[in-house]
Order: sequence, then C-alpha cells, then structure tokens
Amino acid sequence: MSDIAKGDELPALQVHLTRADLVRYAGASGDFNPIHWSERIATGAGLPGVIAHGMLTMATAGRLVTNWIGDPTAIRTFGVRFTRPVLVPDDDEGALVDITGVVGEVTESDGARIARVDITAKFDGKTVLGRASAEVRLPS
Amino acid sequence: MPDESYVGRSLPTAGPFQVGREKIREFATAIGDDARIFHDVEAARAAGHPDLVAPPTFSVSFTMPLLEAFLRDPAFGWDYTRMVHGDQRITFHRPIHAGDELFTTVVVDDLRSRAGSHMLTVRCEIVDSADTPVATTTALLVTQAQS
Repeated sequence: MSDIAKGDELPALQVHLTRADLVRYAGASGDFNPIHWSERIATGAGLPGVIAHGMLTMATAGRLVTNWIGDPTAIRTFGVRFTRPVLVPDDDEGALVDITGVVGEVTESDGARIARVDITAKFDGKTVLGRASAEVRLPS
Repeated sequence: MPDESYVGRSLPTAGPFQVGREKIREFATAIGDDARIFHDVEAARAAGHPDLVAPPTFSVSFTMPLLEAFLRDPAFGWDYTRMVHGDQRITFHRPIHAGDELFTTVVVDDLRSRAGSHMLTVRCEIVDSADTPVATTTALLVTQAQS
C-alpha cells in the first residue's frame, strides 16, 4: 500500500440489489420510507417504481474503498451526490450496480499520506452518484 | 412552506444511542459487507480496536430517525412524502465501536427555495460520552415546493 499513486484503479465491484436487500436495509438503517418498498407509494410519488435507498448505494460504494484499503477506519471523509435513482425491479436478479474507483490524488498532511479516491457508480449504464469521493489515510 | 427561522438553530441533543454488536452486525450484513472487524470481536481486537467496528455509513441508523422526526414535525412545515436525498457527506473524527454511547445534535445549516424546490442542509454533530467528536454528517434534502 506504500506505493499507491495517482491513477491507480481499485478492484471493481458489481452488486445486485434486490427488493429483499432494500427491506433488509430499511430494517437495519431505520429508514422505512415506503418509496423503497411499496410500488404503489413510489409511483404515487412520481417515481417510475421502487428505488434503492441512496444511503445503501453510498454504503455499497464505500465497500469498494474499504475492501481496497483493508482498514475501514482509514476513511477520513466520504461524500456523494445522488444524481439518479436506482430502480429495483420485483424479480430475483434486482438492479445491477457497477462500482469503480481511481486514486485521484495523493497528498501529505501532518505527516500522513492521504489518497483521494474518486468513485463511479453506474446503474443501467448511467451514473447514479456524482462527485463521489473518499479521503483515505494510507499506511505509513 | 418550511419555516426559515429554523436556519442556524440546533435541535436538542439526542442520546445516548447505545452502539450494540448485533446492530453493527445487522447493518454490515444489510450493506453486504463481510469484513471481519464488523462481525468478529476477536478480529476487531487483533486490529487494535476495543470491540467491533461500525461500517462507515453506520451513523445513518441513528441520525436518520432523528432527521425524520424533525422533518415530520408540522411545526417545520416540510413535505416529507416528496423528499429526495440530494447529497451526503461524512467526516470521521474517530471510528464508532460497539459499546459506544453516542449523542447527536442536529443543526439546520441552510434552507433555500429555487426552481420549485426547497433545499435543506442539515448537519449532525456526533460525540461520545466524553464529548469527544466522533463524526460530522451533512445531508442536502430536497422537496418540491407546493404548487
């Protein structure tokens, strides 16, 4: 990990999000907004159907970073914009989300090396997160 | 129309939220993360932690219910049913561990109305029982203005 440099690509992650995953996440996170489990309420709110929790997509993007660095506590900041919803159909396969990341910059701060990882999350070929990045403290 | 006089205000501090091992395991499982320090106490201790470590976005499990209670309060005048999450940022001051007792203060940072939408920026300042900063989370929430 000491030779991490700008331009390094992180191992990509492909995740299937099913309705069952949304229900499990609703219970674990305490976010029971019905647009994440009721077709009736989601379409009534003007959505094309049930969508994944933005925070579940963010958490999945976080896995890309923590899997790579090996130490989840090395993350110093983590931010995303939710630009498009992830539509989750009522079938066994669910929505396929592709997550990739690249080291955008490596800087020194107070004697620590910090990598900024720029993350791309795509669903149906379109990005669903904007300005998604995490700052990670690299092992010395 | 949301009440603009809330901007700059802090809500009463909520807590303690008791961080339990099973809640950490449940949350890690729900996000599909099988990293051992989220599930196995011995692995967490071997990595230098006092107990299980919580995944990076774990704080949502106790901050989101606080935000929901505030946003559903008719006094503020927010349309929760038409809300979408615009962005989210988390700054980590120290890891969250099982056994922590955490306190959260919600601060209303900003409220703007533009192009038929209300945009609300809310911040959660999370500290432990010694008042040491644990994390700062900032969310932009958007709802359609009443037409």
